[in-house]
Amino acid sequence: MRTRLQKWSLAMGAAAVMALPLTSWAQLTTGDIESRIGMESHIGNLTGHAKAAAADYRRYCVGCHGVMGDGNGENFPWLDPKPRNFQLGIYKCRSTPSGTLPTDEDLFDTIARGLDRSNMPQWSTFTKQQRADLVAWVKHFSPRYATEKPGAPIQIPPEPEVTAERIKAGREVFGRVQCWKCHGVTGMADGPSASTLTDDQSRPILAFNFTEGARPKCGETDRDIYRIFMTGLDGTPMPSFADNIKPDEAWDLVFYLRALMSQHSKEKDMAKQLGLKPVDPNAPPGQ
Amino acid sequence: MRKTYNLAALLSAVVLVCCGALILGQKVSAAGEGKITGSVKLDGAAPHMKGIDMSKDPFCSKAHASDPAHLETVVVGADGGLENVVLYISEGLGASDLAAVPTAVPVFDQRNCVYTPHVLAMDVNQKFQVKTSDATAHNIHPLPNAMTGNIPWNQSQPPGAPPIEKSWKSAEVIPVQCNIHPWMHGWFVVVKGPYATTDEKGGYTINNVPPGSYTVTAWQEDYGTQTQKVTVAGGQSATANFSYKAK
Repeated sequence: MRTRLQKWSLAMGAAAVMALPLTSWAQLTTGDIESRIGMESHIGNLTGHAKAAAADYRRYCVGCHGVMGDGNGENFPWLDPKPRNFQLGIYKCRSTPSGTLPTDEDLFDTIARGLDRSNMPQWSTFTKQQRADLVAWVKHFSPRYATEKPGAPIQIPPEPEVTAERIKAGREVFGRVQCWKCHGVTGMADGPSASTLTDDQSRPILAFNFTEGARPKCGETDRDIYRIFMTGLDGTPMPSFADNIKPDEAWDLVFYLRALMSQHSKEKDMAKQLGLKPVDPNAPPGQ
Repeated sequence: MRKTYNLAALLSAVVLVCCGALILGQKVSAAGEGKITGSVKLDGAAPHMKGIDMSKDPFCSKAHASDPAHLETVVVGADGGLENVVLYISEGLGASDLAAVPTAVPVFDQRNCVYTPHVLAMDVNQKFQVKTSDATAHNIHPLPNAMTGNIPWNQSQPPGAPPIEKSWKSAEVIPVQCNIHPWMHGWFVVVKGPYATTDEKGGYTINNVPPGSYTVTAWQEDYGTQTQKVTVAGGQSATANFSYKAK
């Protein structure tokens, strides 16, 4: 014979157990994260193992990214931009379409490259194996990696020869898809929408300023720049332009962006010779 | 001998009854789908909706030169009817009704720098379209919680861009924004099963509801949710009226 209290606590216990799967969506538990400790990464012929990265993560990463990988490490209050929340699986630097997981190579490259104008340094001191292990570790924080595959990387055609025609055509693209709305007509990040930009957490964020010598966040090669505007930077206001810029036009835009950047380049010299003026924000669309 | 005969009679009777029930049952669900209709009203004075300053984008401000734009958090029509309220069945639907996905493709239009409609309801896995009618660039940026199974994405739609077709994996109320025009704010309301959105008079009809007892939920972006129990008889229309108290 059970007492009333026993019956009541049994019922409450059962109710609590049934409610558990619901709450686990909102907040990941250590147990849930640990269940993915077998996570691997594959970069070329390297295989990374999450388990092998535990010590490195604790030593080098945990201060910002946190024990749970949620970006809530002890340095969080003093950082801007804020550290990445690995649980969400949303990354700026991807070779894959907006809304998809990045490839292992994307994460591998980001660790080595660091993120300019943030507190994420270049971790070029790690061996490739260490980095591959850390990629697997970073992935194991997100339940998305248990059910989703990375998106298919966008195709980047071989880089054509820079010509004056291409730089001019790139200026047309810059005007047509209205990059200047945020980045400004001269690339100074002073477009009409620049001052109100916020990231996915509603925190203020700056548009990239091409004219002050800073390096683009997700890499500074021509291919990196091509990839940045075609895939977009997820978690930020920078959208993907893959549906609206054709692959060949995309190279034209890369050359025009080079001409806007303060660093000396062949493109900059050619644009100067052409006497290219900034795009006219009041031109009717299609001009 | 007699026992076997009895058993056979009993068996055939059972089979008959079962078949009959099956046929009848099918008939009921095929021809007898009912609907839930009603209206959603605001009880009290309509709150003031702030005007939107679109002067940063000449295209947008020109489009609203004679018809100034206002926030659409609470849109009240004649007789206090509340527009943009989503109604759906939150309890009582069978597995097959929950799994069915409508073939209609609802459209979310960026027109004159506002979202039309302001609230777009849809079923889980139902395809929907995002298009632009504007001669200014937009970026369409839904912000679901990535932990629910819906993943945020962010795509540009400059003038003349082709429509984007997408769907969502799980039920969720998803805010949508344009970073280029920070006043542009709308909602994707993803539900399981039949749904409806109120018109400018606050009226709605949820079609294709099989007979049964249900809980109907009304969702309004500022006032939250309300529920009501309703019973739908075969081929009949049940009524559920909702009323929100003005804040």
